[in-house]
Amino acid sequence: MNASKTLVYDGSFNGFLTAVFIGFEQKLTHADIQKQGQLQSGLFAETETIFTNIEKAQRVWNGVRNKSNSAIKNIYFAFLSEQNNMEALIYRYIQKLMGSKYNGATDFSDDGVLKINQLAHKVGREKHRMEAFVRFQLTKDDVYFANIEPDFDVLPLISKHFRNRYADQQWIIYDVKRKYGLFYDLNTVEIISLDLSDIHTNSTEKSAAFTDAEHEYQDLWNNYFKSTTIKSRINNKLHVQHVPKRYWKYLSEKKAV
Amino acid sequence: MDFNRIKEKLNILADAAKYDVSCSSSGSNRKNKDNGLGDTGNGICHTYTEDGRCVSLLKILLTNHCIFDCAYCVTRKSNDIQRAAFKIQEVVDLTINFYRRNYIEGLFLSSGIFKSADHTMERLIAVAKKLREEENFNGYIHLKSIPGASDELMYEAGLYADRLSVNIEIPTISGLKLLAPDKKHEDFIKPMLKVKNEIIRYKEESKIIKSTAKYAPAGQSTQMIVGATGESDKDIMYSATHFYKNYKMKRVYYSGYVPISTDSRLPSLGSEVPMLRENRLYQTDWLLRFYGFSVNEILDADNPNLDMDIDPKLMWALRNLNHFPIDINKAEPRMLARIPGIGMGSVHKIISGRKYRRLNWEHLKKMGIALNRAKYFIICNSSDWEQRDLDAATIKGMILQSQNSKFKNQYNNQLSLFN
Repeated sequence: MNASKTLVYDGSFNGFLTAVFIGFEQKLTHADIQKQGQLQSGLFAETETIFTNIEKAQRVWNGVRNKSNSAIKNIYFAFLSEQNNMEALIYRYIQKLMGSKYNGATDFSDDGVLKINQLAHKVGREKHRMEAFVRFQLTKDDVYFANIEPDFDVLPLISKHFRNRYADQQWIIYDVKRKYGLFYDLNTVEIISLDLSDIHTNSTEKSAAFTDAEHEYQDLWNNYFKSTTIKSRINNKLHVQHVPKRYWKYLSEKKAV
Repeated sequence: MDFNRIKEKLNILADAAKYDVSCSSSGSNRKNKDNGLGDTGNGICHTYTEDGRCVSLLKILLTNHCIFDCAYCVTRKSNDIQRAAFKIQEVVDLTINFYRRNYIEGLFLSSGIFKSADHTMERLIAVAKKLREEENFNGYIHLKSIPGASDELMYEAGLYADRLSVNIEIPTISGLKLLAPDKKHEDFIKPMLKVKNEIIRYKEESKIIKSTAKYAPAGQSTQMIVGATGESDKDIMYSATHFYKNYKMKRVYYSGYVPISTDSRLPSLGSEVPMLRENRLYQTDWLLRFYGFSVNEILDADNPNLDMDIDPKLMWALRNLNHFPIDINKAEPRMLARIPGIGMGSVHKIISGRKYRRLNWEHLKKMGIALNRAKYFIICNSSDWEQRDLDAATIKGMILQSQNSKFKNQYNNQLSLFN
């Protein structure tokens, strides 16, 4: 009987759920679940390496889902936040959820529940921002291409949105920070990794990779953005609050012309 | 495509369209069809202008040529400005190319009235039809209903558009006579009524036949200009309530008048845009639509205008102190929603959270409730609550002292004389 132990998983969501399964199996009250390669073990802590097991992961997923649909969403979103120590928070959250006779996921007077909700909320906001801020540029190969650098790992969350919307054009959305992307080839969305020689920001230079008309349309959009502003109502604080500066380099309307 | 010419037109016709504040791209249920282009959903603001307003649609006029001379309008006949007109295909190309790059959710197309109302409406419909039928475009389309357009055209417009809107602009009939003498109140109402009736008819039919086509699935909206004719907040909100109730409007927008004319009937150039007032009107609108208030609780003959220094819910609470304090752990949801400083999100959290334990100040604070306002109106699981019998003016004073409003310099105009 161990009350506390360090479980090391491969960084994937299924790996994490497997670790949760093992934690429950061994009745750990505190499971210190950590990503491989980022291990910080305590001096006397016992560690165990977890091998991802889809079946076990599935059982945790189903168990949580049977308790609450919003909880399963919260867990997945909070996991994608990549926040330090989110594993322990989620483990506690699942313990509470499974141990409660109600739907423990709605106990907003509990710190842990509130924290997971806030994390999930942040990731949800980033997902929404990426659905808004992706700016495709048309390449000469007839692919609409966009680079992004989201705060959290939201690519898995936005895939469906873009698949449903841009069903008749090929597109790539590439996360520069995490070095992987989504490619839609008119049939399915696949995960790709590219050897990008240059990152395509909202540069004012014409790039040889893109069609001639691409630059013209960016120019039109830029102009539209300016003409639709009402000068007597300028409110830069509000503007920056809605469009934080860290996103500007990929927004063609914020190009310095 | 001659990009330079398009750019010129876009600048003129986007500039002329920007005074229409409607930006919503939500509320439609149009889905992607046959692996075509686009869909609609909860609406996305793709960017925000430097005045802080959301950009979700390509908002342009088809033309700014106009046969009318409404004093409040920048495209009025007598105004000496550059005029331009888009060809139908040009609007289609712009929309599709902006959409494919994920700049926009769709198109918001309005127009000055050239030749006649019907002639103009026909051209707007032609753009929407082309987008739907030739481009298999399933994104959002908002068309303006041209005042005075015939019922047949309004019927057709609803088959292609997600939302239709007529801007009533002037909330009182006397104001309309003064500022737009050649427009009749009935001309605004007629297309609105036709669209409302068709929406009802289509809803009924789709209950019986699942495959019924869509008719303006995102409904209708309208807009009123605030601060152009000396109308009171009561005039505006009673008029808005009338449109919500009788025309099933999805939204009424309030647009602070931006001075664009030297006409003596209007506020002079350089007068400030009444942004704070606009904000208070929207807050009131929300109270009516989501918080269960009725308009006469907030505005009546004795209180025809909203307070500028406090929000309308606080204003109501201070006039009705007999309802308070409210017990957070017992009160019904509809009463929780009436506590100043508590929004609907917090109401939801309180109701869920109090099932597990009795809530105290610490819990409420973590849920994100604005306690600086709420604390005078509630009791919770704590013996520490406002037990003095304070009067309204005192509470208001204490709240104002505790907050730092971004609008402070707007309602403190008199004081700033001494600075």
